[in-house]
Amino acid sequence: MNDEIIFFIDGVQVTGRPGQTIIEAADEAGVYIPRLCHYPGIEAWGSCRVCTVAANGRPCSACTQPITTGLVVENDTETLREYRKSIIEMLFVEGNHFCMFCEKSGDCELQALAYRMGITAPRYPYLWPEREVDASHPDVIIDRNRCILCARCVRVSRDVDGKAVFQFVERGPEKKLTVNAEARLKDTDLDVTDEALDVCPVGALLKKRVGYAVPVGERMYDQEPIGSDIESNTDAAPAAATEVEA
Amino acid sequence: MSENGKGTVAAKPRVATTSLAGCFGCHMSILDIDERILDLVEIIDFDKSPINDFKVFQEQCVVGLIEGGCCNEENVHVLRDFRKKCDILVSVGDCATMGGIPALRNTIPLEECLREAYVDGPTVHNPSGEIPVDEDIPLLLNKVFPAHEVVKIDYYLPGCPPSADALWAALSALLSDEPVELPYSLIKYD
Ligand code: SF4
Ligand code: FES
Repeated sequence: MNDEIIFFIDGVQVTGRPGQTIIEAADEAGVYIPRLCHYPGIEAWGSCRVCTVAANGRPCSACTQPITTGLVVENDTETLREYRKSIIEMLFVEGNHFCMFCEKSGDCELQALAYRMGITAPRYPYLWPEREVDASHPDVIIDRNRCILCARCVRVSRDVDGKAVFQFVERGPEKKLTVNAEARLKDTDLDVTDEALDVCPVGALLKKRVGYAVPVGERMYDQEPIGSDIESNTDAAPAAATEVEA
Repeated sequence: MSENGKGTVAAKPRVATTSLAGCFGCHMSILDIDERILDLVEIIDFDKSPINDFKVFQEQCVVGLIEGGCCNEENVHVLRDFRKKCDILVSVGDCATMGGIPALRNTIPLEECLREAYVDGPTVHNPSGEIPVDEDIPLLLNKVFPAHEVVKIDYYLPGCPPSADALWAALSALLSDEPVELPYSLIKYD
């Protein structure tokens, strides 16, 4: 019986456990792989592709790919960094992201990834899609201008809150978040205490009357880049600590 | 400029700035470099800019700072002129880099925007119900465009506005021929 799986990320030996995905084992080892749709503890989704790594030379999503003994994973390479950067830039032009007044600014994972990658402006033309806002619920607002279709709220409402308030309709560029009711959010059984409201990576699902509480400079990603918490993971497996500069 | 064979006076590099579809907040941020502006005017001369109120270009410039995107034909005109007269063009602020607040109208048909502003808006007093049209009023574009969708832009300084430190870091790098590399703390979109 062997409950250790030894594999490699960017040439560094990492020890994981059977059943873990690449991203789970990497997190424990203090190696940050950028991600958006992934959320710890819920069903893996694999839709945003920000976590794309090369596993034994083949591109795959680190949040869905299980680890195997001897697997050779490339993570922080020029090519992969470029792929991820272009995904983030596409997300910015494909929605309507007005960071300057967004309540989530400073705490937004999409923005934080762009900061970490040093993006100063996207290289693609802005699409300015028409997206609906639903402010019907007394305590919660959906601003679809900012929704990146990560399905975190869909999964958490279904599997954690046991309500299935959210779902997607349509496909491709028409795909959008909708609610499980005849009409609007107020017609669902969503409650302001639902955990689904705490997992949105962007400012698409917001609680009313609590915005802008934290001053600029003290928000989640004001000082430290996203992923810093994982990279400073001191429980890192001993092998990961032997990293040598390439 | 060599007079009496006394050698040449090195001309200072010229910097031009403009505010297109912006709110002048980015220009306030330029002034926010505080006493460093004294160092700045030691090493550069301002050309066309709201800072000295020069309305036309005097000479070719090394750096042009663009605040705001393009919401009307005059913005496009000025921006193209800046592209010609400046060796390096920098988009300064969120309006120049992504359209900013003026681009909120981009998901609403232009006619609807004008009707709301001049006819239907709850605080509008306009008995004739006419929407202003005059050859002296620059024609609105169908959408608000970030500067780089109109001309080539060489560098971007996002932020609403970009901090004085970000502006200073970029300007000093550009003027001393160093690569513009902004640290994590200076790339912000808000
Ligand atoms: S509302 Fe937020 S959590 Fe839900 S799909 Fe959109 S971005 Fe993801
Ligand atoms: S985080 Fe893996 S595909 Fe989104």
